[in-house]
Amino acid sequence: MYDAMLAESVTITGHNGDEIEAYSARALKAGPVGGVVVIHHLPGYDRQTEEFTRGFAAGGLNAVMPNLYHREAPGADPDDAMAAARASGAIPIPDDRIVGEVAGAAAYLRGLSNSNGKIGVIGHCSGGRQSFLAAISLPLDAAVDCYGGFVVESPPEGHPLHGSPALVTRAADLTCPLLGLFGAEDTHPSPEHVAELEAALKAAGKTYEFHSYDGAGHAFMQVDRSNYRPEAAVDAWKQIWAWFGRYL
Amino acid sequence: MCTYITEKASISGSAKGPSGWFKVTDASVYFDHPVHAQAAHTLNIDFLDPAAGPSARVAVELTAESARALVKAIQSVLDATPPDLFT
Repeated sequence: MYDAMLAESVTITGHNGDEIEAYSARALKAGPVGGVVVIHHLPGYDRQTEEFTRGFAAGGLNAVMPNLYHREAPGADPDDAMAAARASGAIPIPDDRIVGEVAGAAAYLRGLSNSNGKIGVIGHCSGGRQSFLAAISLPLDAAVDCYGGFVVESPPEGHPLHGSPALVTRAADLTCPLLGLFGAEDTHPSPEHVAELEAALKAAGKTYEFHSYDGAGHAFMQVDRSNYRPEAAVDAWKQIWAWFGRYL
Repeated sequence: MCTYITEKASISGSAKGPSGWFKVTDASVYFDHPVHAQAAHTLNIDFLDPAAGPSARVAVELTAESARALVKAIQSVLDATPPDLFT
C-alpha cells in the first residue's frame, strides 16, 4: 500500500480573498481521495492540532487546517497569536469570517490533483461549534462536531456571542451528515444541550449520529490535557474514521 | 468550554521574557482554556507590548484559587506600602 504523505505550511485563499497561512497534510496516493478541513481550537493553530491534521493524511485523506489567527499575528508562535487576537478584540472570530476561511480551505482541497471533490469538516471545542457552523453554511459532504459549546446554548448577556441566535435554530440548513462526539460529564455542551440538538436534527430530517461517553467531560480527546480520556478518545477516533470513510 | 471573555487594561511597567526585559503597555486577563497549565480553565494574564509584535509577551496561567491568592498578595503589598512611594 502506498502511504506516503506530505505535510507542510502553505498559503491558501481564505475569507474575503485574503491569503492566510494553513497547515496542509496530503496523502500522496493517486486516489481520488476526500479532503478534511480541520478547524483548530481556541488556544490556537498548534503542534497538537498539526499532528491531528497529519493523522488524516496518514490514513489516506487530504487535510488542511487554516490558521484562524493569521491576520492578527502572521508567523507568530500559536499561543502568542491567540493572545494577540484576544488583545485586539478579534476573539471570538466572527462567524462569517470562519465560514469564509472554511470555504477557502475547501476550495484548496478540491483543487488538489488527487481530490475526489468531497469535503468534510471537523473541529474541537470552539472548533466543534465552528464545524457545525460550516455545515449549516456551506455545501459539504460530512461534518464532525467534537464537544462544541454554544451550538444550542444562547450565550448570556455580556458574553461576546450574546445576541446572535443559537446555531441550533438553523439545524434545517445542515448540508451534510453530522457526527457528534460528546462527554457525558461535559457542561458546555451538557447532555441536555446535546439532546436538544438531536431533537432539532430529527425534526429537520437530517442524517446524524451522536456518541456520548460516560466518564468523559470536555476536551476528552486532547492528549496533553488532564481531561484526556483514552478509552473515549480511541472510540471517538474510530467513529470519525468510519464517518469520513462512509461519506468522503 | 471556551469563555471568549477578555478584560483588558492599559498598564505601564516592564516584563522579562526569554529575550530579556521589555516595556509593557497592555494586559489581557481571561479565564479560559490554558495552553500549558494542566487544568480545564485557568486565569490567564498576558503582559504585552503590542507595538513590538505578538512575541513581546509574558504569559501566566493560574488556577482560580492561585489567581485569588495573587490578587490578595498584590493588594496586601500595596496596602502596606507608604503612599508617598507611589510615584
